[in-house]
Amino acid sequence: MSNHAEQSDMRLHLKIWRQPDADSPGKFVSFEKEKVSPDMSFLEMLDELNEGLIKAGEDPVAFDSDCREGICGMCGLVINGQAHGPRRSTTTCQLHMREFKDGDTITIEPWRAKAFPVIKDLVVDRSAFDRIIQAGGYISVNTGNAQDANAIPIPKRNADEAMDAASCIGCGACVAACPNASATLFTSAKISQFALLPQGQVERKERAIQMVSQMDFEGFGDCSNYGECEAACPKDISISHIARMKREYVKAALTTA
Amino acid sequence: MTLDAKIPEGPIQEKWDNHRFHMKLVNPANKRKHTIIVVGTGLAGASVAASLGELGYNVKNFCIQDSPRRAHSIAAQGGINAAKNYPNDGDSIWRLFYDTVKGGDYRSREANVYRLAQVSNDIIDQCVAQGIPFARDYGGLLANRSFGGAQVSRTFYARGQTGQQLLLGAYSALSRQIKAKKVEMFNRHEMLDLVVIDGKARGIVTRNLINGKIESHAADAVLLATGGYGNVYYLSTNAVNSNATAVWRAHKRGAYFANPCFVQIHPTCIPVTGDHQSKLTLMSESLRNDGRVWVPKAKGDKRHPNEIPEAERDYYLERRYPAFGNLVPRDIASRAAKQVCDEGRGVGKTGLAVYLDFADAIQRLGRKAVEEKYGNLFDMYERITDENPYEVPMRIFPAIHYTMGGLWVDYNLQSTIPGLFVLGEANFSDHGANRLGASALMQGLADGYYVAPYTVGNYIGSNKFEPVTTDHPAFKESEKTVAESIQKLLSINGKKTAHELNRELGLILWEYVGMGRNETGLKKALEEIPKLRQEFWENLKVAGSGETLNQNLEEAGRLADYLELAELMARDALNRNESCGGHFREESATPEGEARRNDEEYTYVAAWEYKGKDQVQALHKEHLTFEHVPLTQRSYK
Repeated sequence: MSNHAEQSDMRLHLKIWRQPDADSPGKFVSFEKEKVSPDMSFLEMLDELNEGLIKAGEDPVAFDSDCREGICGMCGLVINGQAHGPRRSTTTCQLHMREFKDGDTITIEPWRAKAFPVIKDLVVDRSAFDRIIQAGGYISVNTGNAQDANAIPIPKRNADEAMDAASCIGCGACVAACPNASATLFTSAKISQFALLPQGQVERKERAIQMVSQMDFEGFGDCSNYGECEAACPKDISISHIARMKREYVKAALTTA
Repeated sequence: MTLDAKIPEGPIQEKWDNHRFHMKLVNPANKRKHTIIVVGTGLAGASVAASLGELGYNVKNFCIQDSPRRAHSIAAQGGINAAKNYPNDGDSIWRLFYDTVKGGDYRSREANVYRLAQVSNDIIDQCVAQGIPFARDYGGLLANRSFGGAQVSRTFYARGQTGQQLLLGAYSALSRQIKAKKVEMFNRHEMLDLVVIDGKARGIVTRNLINGKIESHAADAVLLATGGYGNVYYLSTNAVNSNATAVWRAHKRGAYFANPCFVQIHPTCIPVTGDHQSKLTLMSESLRNDGRVWVPKAKGDKRHPNEIPEAERDYYLERRYPAFGNLVPRDIASRAAKQVCDEGRGVGKTGLAVYLDFADAIQRLGRKAVEEKYGNLFDMYERITDENPYEVPMRIFPAIHYTMGGLWVDYNLQSTIPGLFVLGEANFSDHGANRLGASALMQGLADGYYVAPYTVGNYIGSNKFEPVTTDHPAFKESEKTVAESIQKLLSINGKKTAHELNRELGLILWEYVGMGRNETGLKKALEEIPKLRQEFWENLKVAGSGETLNQNLEEAGRLADYLELAELMARDALNRNESCGGHFREESATPEGEARRNDEEYTYVAAWEYKGKDQVQALHKEHLTFEHVPLTQRSYK
């Protein structure tokens, strides 16, 4: 029934980034992990490792996760050099150990970017993303002001494309994968969503300028069209949104006083 | 204390309008003199924080995650109900009200449910105005689909990610208020106590999860929107950090806890694979629009599902409930799955699963259409199980999903502590003994956008507030209690981890306070839980210190609360000797095995009052009256 051949339990060699806090230097620490079931998720494998560490009186490895079904965007590890690991369109929490083989060495690191400082071990501070949204990633409509929902027909194609962009979970894999640590895919997804919808037109120019400026201010790099972000994105956000963002930004910059 | 639900006078259609007209208003210049604390940033928390900020109050908003956008509302898949009647299929506010009261098995408050149905349409309008990309038809208008417990199509959706889109809408509104400096956001902060001064909620004590600092925050009102307590079972569809600590600690400060035994077990989740399992994943109820649920007719039939001929399959929901078929409410679908598995007809390695089959839908609509509707769910299923649901039927089994119980609130969403309001899943209010699909999103946003901004304003406008700062002795006492309990957790130094103990608690609850409950089992649970609680306080092992990011310590603190809450759940289940909604007492069933309510004795909300450490809570009853939806035995046949 299953896509993979039946696998038995594995033994893995883990190299995990340990860093006590933001100000201390970090280093890789090796662990042997036995009895890894192929049906475990990657984070469940780390849960088990941590259970062992707690019992041994050692500090467990800190990592972020919450929904564990690929939608909250809280988890994110660089696994063997790849943001969210080897499987495409998959968050770390949805990655299962059947993707690995007995005896594998797995290197586990946090997102690495100047704008995402490490808090502890594999946990980073992504509040820069929140500030980019605060800069203009919304439509200014107070509660209670809305007209009937069907008063604004939207062509299905535009609604679908806006939905593609809106699927972004804000995990930060795009930044982690980018050689420039650029947040362009994240920022463009929100700009693109609203540029495609009639509701987004009123603030279209200010939004593009303010969100892009905030992105620069936070210390993210520029986009050089490597395309690594799209490859790493667990939600398949297309880099065509980056192209749209650039058009939006240039148009806005040239036509705003 | 008698429980006064404060239901406004007048015909049910006019109650909310009349009530709003009679509310005290706060003028704009005065609003900015008031600080309001909102704990939680899910649909209810983010929407109320944003709305209060827009009104001009100073809002302090707290969440345990790294960003308000992570709250677990984000994982809701299927949709949100509203009585728009866009499909012209006979829907109305009255019908949504009726379906919700009936779906809740007559254990909710009519006036609250009516208001919920009333504001449901405004929610859709608001969300569209925010730029939420709901599914649309080719004419550009909004699309609808069906959910369980309704015969109309009233569910609005954004692929299988409706919760995500609604939450990001509320998060964007919240972000706008953060930028406007009307909301101050505290990420990675956990509320560990409620501070009550002169009988009113006046603040909270939090722990900064990054550096362990215990901090106090004063306010004129405190709003809890911290979600449900499903993780008391260890395995549930909740996010791993979802917890009951905020509501439980408020309960210990005087807020009554209502109907704790009303837990929703969702029929369509991916089955457990092993002890390593950290959570269960839901497969949206929307799948039951097109998927057909079946098991083999013969016991122990181990053939591959595609080799079992049509005549040897039992489509048991369609057979037992021809009127609603696969779209019966969740409690009924879950119990039916348990029954066929108990009969030995379950499938998969463990025998604890049933099939959800899309072969007919793929034949009828084509694979592409099925992919468009459910593609992301099918992909998720495949990633987790390594099986392709386009070719092999999904295997599903019920799992803990939602808690209808929660802190008791009146019509104004105010708890038994003045100034403490409770919104969304954290309160008990609108779903009775069973929540209908796509109604959680509706309630979270109704409470946050349309109810609390009015009722909290009325509270602010009708009360005088003595100035209170965090230097007040009540804050100091609370900080001390919190710090001591953290120290205690760290100092036990036993042998078992919080994971292990939570798993043990979960097994007790799943066995005795799960899908089927009986007196013997519940009494057993009431013996087992205190024993486990004692073991926790003697044999827990927590790593690290309290001064840094310590996820193990966070988990232990939450488990300490679960171990108390679990006992109350069992006690409530034992007290309620009737079957209603998700609460199935085996002693109270019809000859066909359907739930049988006992309206004579149990048409009430059970609200429990905390009486002190290791004391039995006192039961208070809010009697429910049904004037508009007559009490009848629920039938979906």
